[in-house]
Amino acid sequence: MNWVQMLFNGPPGTPPSVVWGYWVAAILTISIYSFLFKDNPLYKFAESLFVGVGAGYWVCLLYHETIVPKLLQPLFFPVEGESIAWLRIFPGILAIFMLLRFYPKLGWLSRWALAFIVGMYSAVNITGFAQGDFVTQIHATITTPLSSGGTLAIILNVAAILGVIAVLTYFFFSKEHKGALGGVAKVGIWFLMVAFGASFGYTVMGRVSLLIGRMTFLLRDWLHLIE
Amino acid sequence: MADGFDIRRIDRRFIFVLIFVAVAWPLIQPMRLPIDVSPPVQGIYDAIEAVPAGSIVMLGGDYSPDSMPELQPMVETFVRHAFSKDLRVVIACLWPASPPLVERVTTPLAAEFGKEYGVDYVNLGYMAGGIVTLLGMGASIPNTFPTDYGGTPVGEIPLMQEVEDFDDIAIVMEVSAGTPGTREWVQQVQSRFGVTLASGVTAVSAPNFYPYIQSGQLVGLLGGLKGAAEYETLVGAPGDATKGMDAQSIVHALIVLFIILGNVTYFATRRRQAPAS
Amino acid sequence: MRREIPLAITFLVGVFMLVDYFVPHHAVSASAEELKQWGTIVIAASILLGIGNLIRVHSHKIRRKREGWGFSIVTLVGMGIMIVFGGPWGTVAEGSRFNWLFLNVQVPLQATTFSLLAFFIASAAYRAFRLRSAEASLLLIAAIIVMLGRVPLGQWMTRDLPTALQLPWLTETIMQYPNMAAFRGILMGAALGVMAMGLRVILGIERSYLGGEK
Repeated sequence: MNWVQMLFNGPPGTPPSVVWGYWVAAILTISIYSFLFKDNPLYKFAESLFVGVGAGYWVCLLYHETIVPKLLQPLFFPVEGESIAWLRIFPGILAIFMLLRFYPKLGWLSRWALAFIVGMYSAVNITGFAQGDFVTQIHATITTPLSSGGTLAIILNVAAILGVIAVLTYFFFSKEHKGALGGVAKVGIWFLMVAFGASFGYTVMGRVSLLIGRMTFLLRDWLHLIE
Repeated sequence: MADGFDIRRIDRRFIFVLIFVAVAWPLIQPMRLPIDVSPPVQGIYDAIEAVPAGSIVMLGGDYSPDSMPELQPMVETFVRHAFSKDLRVVIACLWPASPPLVERVTTPLAAEFGKEYGVDYVNLGYMAGGIVTLLGMGASIPNTFPTDYGGTPVGEIPLMQEVEDFDDIAIVMEVSAGTPGTREWVQQVQSRFGVTLASGVTAVSAPNFYPYIQSGQLVGLLGGLKGAAEYETLVGAPGDATKGMDAQSIVHALIVLFIILGNVTYFATRRRQAPAS
Repeated sequence: MRREIPLAITFLVGVFMLVDYFVPHHAVSASAEELKQWGTIVIAASILLGIGNLIRVHSHKIRRKREGWGFSIVTLVGMGIMIVFGGPWGTVAEGSRFNWLFLNVQVPLQATTFSLLAFFIASAAYRAFRLRSAEASLLLIAAIIVMLGRVPLGQWMTRDLPTALQLPWLTETIMQYPNMAAFRGILMGAALGVMAMGLRVILGIERSYLGGEK
């Protein structure tokens, strides 16, 4: 099988739907990349299609994965051996209230549904952040090992503890950053700059990885130029 | 300023072409540079190696197509690692695009390792709700995911008869591209239920989670494509992440060169302009 | 009452969820578990609200023939096709047409759109990243060390140097110490902010989520 045959039929044993899929994906990929040359109708078409297909996908998945098993089935078609879950009428009503936001006269009812979610998520976030990001992190800072791992590790651990204090000092805006406080805040800025530099390096890595992924698709799956 | 070519005003499409070539060339002509393994990745590998055969592990799929190049290799390598150790895998997703992306990995790997759906692994699909879903799983995973991705009630799935909550899960490997993701799993699951938690994240967010490694809330972290490549190296199954590392190396070197060149021309121009002012 | 009832709902639900965290009694945890399932249903409705708004905005654009209305048709047709294949009468299973559209239309479009950033970050690296101050220098030096240390090229370049000068070691040290310290400080500060805001919302002090109208 020569390269041209492989381009249009895929490797031996590849179903036609897969080959068609690669061509559709490749054309859409090139449409998006055409933006690098300049903005054009092909790019706008692809972008609009992306928004629509993504929204349609989400609607279908919400229906099959959440609405049916959590609301419709327990209320109207319970699994054999289980009774009707009458309590699920309440979230059903709240869900309808949420959608009433489209109707100005009844839109105020959506606040009830919103209030339910906001109350729940606020409380859950309070405890989650308090335990996961506050108490545990303070504990980890206080219990940082300072007597094992070698001299360099001890020095670096001490520096890290001082760094945490310095960064927290920088974020303390109730007092002007002058004198000793200003000096400590300045050290905090240095730690933040190093962290943001590391983040920038990782960000570059992340963006480049996305390009490598698309290039791998084009060169391997579509054009069969690489293994 | 002299007439003609001004390096400061170079057309950015020339830079785009250079980047394109810098990515494509190493893919076509790989250099196969060796890959070192960092401690956060080693931590994940060691934690999974310590899980006894037959145990149930969980894969949290919290990503979408735009983060596939970085995270799909992590998912594939984790599932391969789990299947090779006869661990049984429960997949639960908080992002809607994750279930079919994970399925793309599990179906061929199940065939390769002779694993049976419903007995050795199950894809519970997607559930809306984010942190509330995580808390619901802490109380009861079957109640939170009443059906699998195909719509089968979990009561009819053999593997799910042994799974009630996180006490039945030996380790959670959470692969995330944003929110809800690693932070929420740490806050709502690891902190509250004491679960052993590992995570794979995009490179963009990886630096944020080092405090969780130091505190022990995460046993390890796979950061971006390099993290995935390191994990592939440890498991002994080089894949897309390993193949992408050469291109990553060349582009990074090119971008560092751009930064240096940009600053050299900037300072050279400033020095030339200074005597006039 | 249009504001008082939602505020009361927020308070009651919020307090109950806080009580659930601290009180292990079965009556509390069983009720909280049911409430969490309700939460997933209401969240699903809120997402549908957003998608419904998308339909409304694009329909309006088409009706008024605003600039780019042709592309709005593309958006709605794309959405319609997905719903035709994957709606209540359809299936989202592997091998279905819905699945094919997801893998061959949405996946490449979404992945490629975000991969454009690689080109722009390279362009910005040349045009915009300047050593204008000592702090900026610190940032760029750390960035360059991490960018080279996190790829095999950096390891290969410095393989013959002492460990403390090898780029991978320097990178990992930067990540585990100064980076960790800075982000720990940020995490703790953000946690305080979230806790304060959460309490304000539950107690009804913060009411912006209710909107402006009476």
